Amino acid sequence: MEHKTLYRKSYEHDNCGVGFIADINNIQSHEIITKGLIILEKLEHRGASAGAEKVGDGAGIMSAIPHELFSEYALSSSINLPSRGSYGVGMFFLPSGKEHIKNIKYDIEASVSAEGGELLFWRDVPVDPSVLSETARKSMPVIKQLFVSFGKLKGEALEKKLYMLRRKIEKKITPQFPIDQFYIPSFSSFSIVYKGLFVAPQVSKFYSDLNNPLFKSAFAVVHQRYSTNTFPSWPLAQPFRYVAHNGEINTIHGNVDRMKAREKSILTTAARPDSSFSEEEFCRAVMPVINEDLSDSGCFDNVYELLVHSGRSPEHSIMMMVPEPFSPEYHISQDRRAFYQYHAALMEPWDGPAALVFTYGNKIGATLDRNGLRPARWCITRDNLMVLASEAGVIEIDEEDIREKGRLSPGRMIIADLDKKRILSDNEIKAVISRQKPYRKWFNENLLELKNLFQPPESSIIEEVDISYLTDMFGYTDEDLKVTLKTMAETAQEPVISMGNDTPLAVLSEKPQLMYNYFKQHFAQVTNPPIDPLRERIVMSLMGFIGREHNLLTETPEHCRQIKLDHPVLTNDDIRKLIEIEIEGQRTEVLKAFFYPSEDNGIQLENAVRKLCEKAENLIDNGTTFVVLSDKNPEPGQVPVPPLLAVSAVHNYLSRQRKRHLAGLVVETGEAREVFHFATLLNLGASAVNPYLAFELINYLKNRGMIDPSVKTDIAFENYINAVKKGLLKIMSKMGISTIRSFRGGGILEAVGLSEELIKKYFPSVVSRINGIGINDIAETAVERYKKAESGRGDENRFFVNSGNLHYRRGGEKHLMSPEAIVLLQRAVRENDYSLYKKYAEEIEKNSGSLNTIRSLFRFRKGIPVHLDEVEPVSSIVKRFVSSAMSMGSLSREAHYTLASGMNRLGGMSNSGEGGEDEDRYRISEDGSDYRSHVKQIASGRFGVTSSYLVNADELQIKIAQGAKPGEGGQLPGYKVNSIIARIRCSTPGVTLISPPPHHDIYSIEDLSQLIYDLRNGNPSARISVKLVSEAGVGTVAAGVAKAGADMILISGHDGGTGAAPVSSVKYAGLPWELGLAETQQTLVRNNLRGSVRIQVDGQLRTGRDIAVAALLGGEEFGFGTVSLVCIGCIMMRKCHDNGCPVGVATQDPELRKRFRGKPEHIINYMMFTAMHLREIMASLGYRTLDEMTGRCESLETDTDNIAVSRKNLDFSAILAPSDGEFKNPVRFISSPANECRDELESRMIKALRGNIEKKAEGNFSADIRNINRSIGARLSSVISVMYGSEGLPEKTLNALFRGTAGQSFGAFLAPGICLKVEGEVNDYPGKGLSGGIISVYPSSRAGYSAGRNVIAGNAVLYGATSGKAFFSGIAGERFCVRNSGATAVVEGIGDHGCEYMTGGTAVVLGRTGNNFAAGMSGGIAYVLDRDQLFDTRCNLEMVNIEPVIMMRDRDELEKLIREHVEMTGSETGKGILEMWDEMWPLFVKVVPFEYGSIMKDVWEEEEKRYEYAR
Amino acid sequence: MQDKGSLLEKNKVKAVYQQVEERITHYREFAEYPDENRIEEECSRCMDCGTPFCHSLGCPLGSLIPEINSAVARGDWKDAFLRLSARNNFPEITGRLCPALCEASCSLSISGSPVSFRNVEYRIVEKAFSENWIKPLPPETENGIKAAVIGSGPAGLAAAQQLRRKGFSVTVFEKEKQPGGLLRYGIPSFKLEKWIIDRRIEILEKEGIVFETEVNVGEDISPAYLRRSFDVILMTQGSSVPRDVNALGRGLENICFAMDYLSGISKSLSGEDDGEKLISAEGKKVLVIGGGDTGSDCVGSAVRQGADSIWQYEIMDEPAEWNDASNPAWPYWPVIKRVSTSHEEGGVRDWGVEVYQFSGRDIAVEKAWCRRIEWYSDFSRDGSPVRKYRTVPGSEFQLDVDLVIISAGFLHVEQSRLLNSLKVKYDRKGNIKTDGKGRTSAENIYAAGDSSTGPSLVARAMNSGRIAAESVIADFGV
Repeated sequence: MEHKTLYRKSYEHDNCGVGFIADINNIQSHEIITKGLIILEKLEHRGASAGAEKVGDGAGIMSAIPHELFSEYALSSSINLPSRGSYGVGMFFLPSGKEHIKNIKYDIEASVSAEGGELLFWRDVPVDPSVLSETARKSMPVIKQLFVSFGKLKGEALEKKLYMLRRKIEKKITPQFPIDQFYIPSFSSFSIVYKGLFVAPQVSKFYSDLNNPLFKSAFAVVHQRYSTNTFPSWPLAQPFRYVAHNGEINTIHGNVDRMKAREKSILTTAARPDSSFSEEEFCRAVMPVINEDLSDSGCFDNVYELLVHSGRSPEHSIMMMVPEPFSPEYHISQDRRAFYQYHAALMEPWDGPAALVFTYGNKIGATLDRNGLRPARWCITRDNLMVLASEAGVIEIDEEDIREKGRLSPGRMIIADLDKKRILSDNEIKAVISRQKPYRKWFNENLLELKNLFQPPESSIIEEVDISYLTDMFGYTDEDLKVTLKTMAETAQEPVISMGNDTPLAVLSEKPQLMYNYFKQHFAQVTNPPIDPLRERIVMSLMGFIGREHNLLTETPEHCRQIKLDHPVLTNDDIRKLIEIEIEGQRTEVLKAFFYPSEDNGIQLENAVRKLCEKAENLIDNGTTFVVLSDKNPEPGQVPVPPLLAVSAVHNYLSRQRKRHLAGLVVETGEAREVFHFATLLNLGASAVNPYLAFELINYLKNRGMIDPSVKTDIAFENYINAVKKGLLKIMSKMGISTIRSFRGGGILEAVGLSEELIKKYFPSVVSRINGIGINDIAETAVERYKKAESGRGDENRFFVNSGNLHYRRGGEKHLMSPEAIVLLQRAVRENDYSLYKKYAEEIEKNSGSLNTIRSLFRFRKGIPVHLDEVEPVSSIVKRFVSSAMSMGSLSREAHYTLASGMNRLGGMSNSGEGGEDEDRYRISEDGSDYRSHVKQIASGRFGVTSSYLVNADELQIKIAQGAKPGEGGQLPGYKVNSIIARIRCSTPGVTLISPPPHHDIYSIEDLSQLIYDLRNGNPSARISVKLVSEAGVGTVAAGVAKAGADMILISGHDGGTGAAPVSSVKYAGLPWELGLAETQQTLVRNNLRGSVRIQVDGQLRTGRDIAVAALLGGEEFGFGTVSLVCIGCIMMRKCHDNGCPVGVATQDPELRKRFRGKPEHIINYMMFTAMHLREIMASLGYRTLDEMTGRCESLETDTDNIAVSRKNLDFSAILAPSDGEFKNPVRFISSPANECRDELESRMIKALRGNIEKKAEGNFSADIRNINRSIGARLSSVISVMYGSEGLPEKTLNALFRGTAGQSFGAFLAPGICLKVEGEVNDYPGKGLSGGIISVYPSSRAGYSAGRNVIAGNAVLYGATSGKAFFSGIAGERFCVRNSGATAVVEGIGDHGCEYMTGGTAVVLGRTGNNFAAGMSGGIAYVLDRDQLFDTRCNLEMVNIEPVIMMRDRDELEKLIREHVEMTGSETGKGILEMWDEMWPLFVKVVPFEYGSIMKDVWEEEEKRYEYAR
Repeated sequence: MQDKGSLLEKNKVKAVYQQVEERITHYREFAEYPDENRIEEECSRCMDCGTPFCHSLGCPLGSLIPEINSAVARGDWKDAFLRLSARNNFPEITGRLCPALCEASCSLSISGSPVSFRNVEYRIVEKAFSENWIKPLPPETENGIKAAVIGSGPAGLAAAQQLRRKGFSVTVFEKEKQPGGLLRYGIPSFKLEKWIIDRRIEILEKEGIVFETEVNVGEDISPAYLRRSFDVILMTQGSSVPRDVNALGRGLENICFAMDYLSGISKSLSGEDDGEKLISAEGKKVLVIGGGDTGSDCVGSAVRQGADSIWQYEIMDEPAEWNDASNPAWPYWPVIKRVSTSHEEGGVRDWGVEVYQFSGRDIAVEKAWCRRIEWYSDFSRDGSPVRKYRTVPGSEFQLDVDLVIISAGFLHVEQSRLLNSLKVKYDRKGNIKTDGKGRTSAENIYAAGDSSTGPSLVARAMNSGRIAAESVIADFGV
């Protein structure tokens, strides 16, 4: 397919709100439908609508077939309708045009009769298009219902038949029309789906059926979609036929590919006679299973329906597709674990954040992904009505009528079985399913493990001469040995580096490149969260099976007769055992992957690869179950085929032949050494990898004393493997993928600089957009290395050359910031000499022009020059300049203040970075300097993010990702946390501070929208920006962000700086900003969103020319990170991570800080110079203002004179494609849409209390509250913080009481002096950023359930709270007190990951906790009531101790808190505990982080003495 | 990299010198270099910079300093030696003579004491010699191309070795009796003993390089013959035309150029003086004109010869005192007042002094007429800033002298018959014009070292020779 721009439809994401309502008694009523629609409307804020026009991204409802309604229709049309359940109804979206419809109907009718069915009638679905938006109306399909019957067929048999019929119809008609014109939303005898391009309230207005009292159902599933695009798509609205999904399947590519491969085995099933058709006929009919035009959720639906129609129960199918984690840490039964292990050999997880509602017949169920990343709250009434939705309180139910409330925990399932008329709990469902077959026996009897394949070990020693030969052959450098392998072998970690990556892309480099270097990792941002592979390791898994897979649709003991690998790295022993395997039915064959150099190396290589593919197929056909692609022991004249090419080619070839799943594909290579090498090999098709040379080299390093002598050789090997494992987890986690099984073969990479032909042929799943080198270049590089190896044979004087890839080396890899550039720049700004700046700029452009950046390959198209005087003055240009986010903590105080002061004097803005800000800086200092960071960053750690921090900003920036390490968190080690940093970050000196990879309140786009809403309330006058990192698809993410109401979007290049990040992140994640910016610009313009949002860009911006290019590609504002540090003294030492900065810029060491010599003038001079430089370019191009210039990419063209463009076959046309061509939409910011953030309830509250705030007098307020009232308290707090700073008002000055269900972010950033109470319940994120206020939540006194067992608060309670108190008389969800750094909280039970990343404050849990409690907890204390004495099994003990509560001070503190809890909430649980205090306190444990405990020890002991004294 | 703090604060290691009284009694080297342990410790001070200015901006050869330091720090001297040799043909020379630009650009010297890489270099190469790691590396195959190298100074020797290792058949022509050029004749023995050069020449000879000494190419053999006999010619004869002093009475006797003075001493020490009369400072009142390194060498030599008194005048301003270990001009070579070992040994220095006349009753010089000058900033015609000077009225004074040594630097290469007849073009300064990579305007004629760049450091000359050799290798497709 031709792509003119960088946009691809496949980048679209959607997140949403989902829910269902069911009458457990199976009584069909119209009320269910009405209530379903109310739920939908109450979830509207979780959907998106673009612009003023209410287009909406789609909404819909699924229910049982409304038999009464259809009977009446049939009656009125004098048609005979069979009895309930013995006919099927197809909902059809058809193209307009009578001719089309006629033809389609004809085809359908033919299909029905061919299947032996009877077409009863067609019904025109009554619709009212007038309620639709213009866009939705234009794309509206013709909607008809088809009624068919198959004699007496009923129930599942009929359903299966209908499925076959539908697939046959689809196969016939789908090829003729795009999916927007022909689509079958549902075709079933059980259920029907009414959906379309709506916002929630339009659904029932459009489909009048839904208002008809005869439309009755016992259940309704509803869904509100939030998509990143605004292109109308009726079919993609949800629910799908059986499933409604809120979230995102991250692994979709791999899942779809593997599903395709399996089709062959499904087809080869022996035909089994059935009443109406053979299995084979069925299989043929349903191929291909997946319609790839659908969204990830749609594809999921396709596979789900195949599984249920082929005989698995709905819950069984879901357990296969979305397994819960089952590692030994989880308390689950052996049978259940075996069930999952067995099925792991059948299918990989469909991984990603998910709240799934699934149906089949009369079962309506819901489940969450293993990580529990989407919320699902449910309640059951006394009259057996069950409501489950993304939020609590979506439907008004009197508290008295509620029998039970709860939430789905991660990986858990709940089903309303309307036939059995009862609720099936997770345990019941899974116990039944996991014992329906003897899975445990099957698994134990058939499983193969490498360690059981006994072979006597023997060490393989490669001669030193060979070492040097092989290392040349595989291109090893000094850095590979001394940085990569050494660090991994010594520390079991990937090496960490700092600053940004300023070396060229592989395709632009003149140095020989390994193939891996052409690939870049994807990472999750906004639409799905990355995972923390350290602290939440528990949900991740590297375990996988390799070998021959069997038919997906059947179950036999042999299905799991595969090798189980705990991780995909094979040692040299392992691979030998595998090769020599002697087990019946298992066979390993080794394919040597070499080619012989000749005249035309490209053809040689191509032939070699083709032969590998064919041989592999042959072997598999002949029963081989493990194919090893090996480049070990080359014979003279043999050149290794790059293993990545070999494995991807074979993998894809076998997939196309539908045989990939029949064998494990193992790579034995000398080339792989870095984490990213393993990740790419696995992601592009390998089942496992043996890096034989890496092991040999570790041995070599060890023998030469280059590895720490205290690390023994076997430990070094183990460390190396562990480093790879950790790195793989990290790379997977960045994409939000939890298991290696779904990561393998997923192809979640972008290629930069490989030719289309190469990609199409060998890497079909990989995105590639700028064309590039082909097979010839790859072959030549391999041959060159071979020749070098040959010529170096026997040279005793050789050593490993440092290639200068990480650190600059003369003659090595190029670095944009060369030593010369650093020196020239520093002289220019210190001497205030523009001519020196120009020399610097020349140097940078020379470096850049020698192929360091994509932009260097653009040139300006001549315009009609204007006189320099006519161009916008420097003073106005510099206002668009910002210094990039760098925290105090990463920078020294001196450097941070200098940057801020310089930028402020200039009229630009500086960015606080993550880590709070000293309040002193909010006022102009005595010397007249303004040290306030005008941009305040809100990052995942939320350090120092208080109400007062928010109101002291002009811009609030949500940092989703960082260029140097997108998708990762950060860590400020304790030794860097001095007293100042601790104070502004609201933590304790010496305590390590961890920033989680995701924002724990942004797991999806609707969450981001919510955070923007929170921040707008937290500071109504600040603009809100969102920082994204360039990657394929960033444009669509940006579109979603724009729809979420951001004022500005920052696109960061992959090469941005960092204080510390693993090499694989700095080098291999993300893309240059040129690609991301252009894609964002194109996508926003295309969606007509560009006019309402500004775009900022950063990432190795250096000179006026860079700014000019960025402006022409669509940037309006420009950020400078590294370069601004160089101005104030940084010499690119790349030692930030060591605290060893010798110039006092990036260090906290007091001695080194004294060496800081930067001045605000240095920054000012640089910015002025850059603006001057830019003006000169503007004048020459004929632009008078930056506004004129923005997005005018026609002023850029590819520099075809640059030999590299043609030599490397580069094509930048997609970057330079005009974005406005066909759309005529604005290409730059025009005006902000009115951002409605004024919750009416909050406004009332502020109005009522304003007088009290001013007078500091006590005041009261009370009102009813609903889930649509969000962020209550944030705006009130901003009023107080503006007036009184962080001190706020005296405790409990303002008191508000609410009744009902509060919306998300209740009490966000609540300032001191405010006390909010809710009688009822709260949703997700209550007390987010709590800044001193008090929150208390308790059930109504009329409630009919027990508070202690009732879920009263959602997920991420008190996220980023810094001070204040919160009391919850009930159970809270996942991640209670996540990143709490100072608040006190009492709760009666919590979900998984409690107190995660907590650095301060106190949490009291008067009940059970979930798993992984205290993960990453470095400070604060938690008291947990450990009744069952199992708490230690649920607590993550990596950073904390569990101690008894013996100190009197602790006991006293605990008792006081419980007493306060009872006072604030009337908690029965609390009362009970206090009544029996002497019996109860010994049951409490105190959770103390090691670091924190040792720092606080003296303080506590001191206090304890006072208690003793008092006694 | 090791622990910051404490190591940052440590000062670099220094060579220890013999007491002045003792060392001025002989012409041998008098530096005692730090031992291996001390050097290993020194190397561990290296911070392994992300952007190593020592390697990139400082060292003209681009010596792989961070890797070498790290190898030494972990005790892997062999690896260090291999890496050192990769960019530096004669570390035993630079290890003794180099002013160590790398140390000036060491990141540690921004605010502290740099890693003393010159000492590291010395220790590595001397260890390599003692461990017998330095062996002749003749090429495995001859490429059949004949190369002539004119001049056997550091540029010529480095180029010759590089070419030889690629299989060229290399002949080095030297007009003096022994190869080495300035290294042998210009640099006093107390800084570089001549056996060090012999030791290296021996290796070069074993590698197959032919030395033709006492051959003044262009005179003893004709340019045409040279052309016919060799496929490629590399000019490395140095920049030998000295800058003179424009003063009345310059024609008087006992006024000589530094190079004549120094080479005379060297030749007399090695016994190759052929009875030529040695210029001696013994018992004389000596004036050295020029405050540079060569001037300082003259001072040291004069001290050893037993001069009565020594004056050294420099025309430029007196540089600022700078007693801190850090470099105020980082990463560049700082203009600061330096005291060389020779200065420690004797003599009086003065700055901003111009000698405008010599006088003497007889044919020999007896008085130098001097005056003070002051420097000011001005602009040249193209608007670029220049420094100019004017004399200070009434500052004239006279100095009694018996011997005047002019050490005012060199102008350019000697524009000999050889060069002229080979039609080699010159640049504005009068040196051989090249493309920056050693290619001259004449086909198959290359130039390197001072003859093309003008007078410079040993390390620069070596690098220039290496670059020219690379060009030859590339042009001949070897």
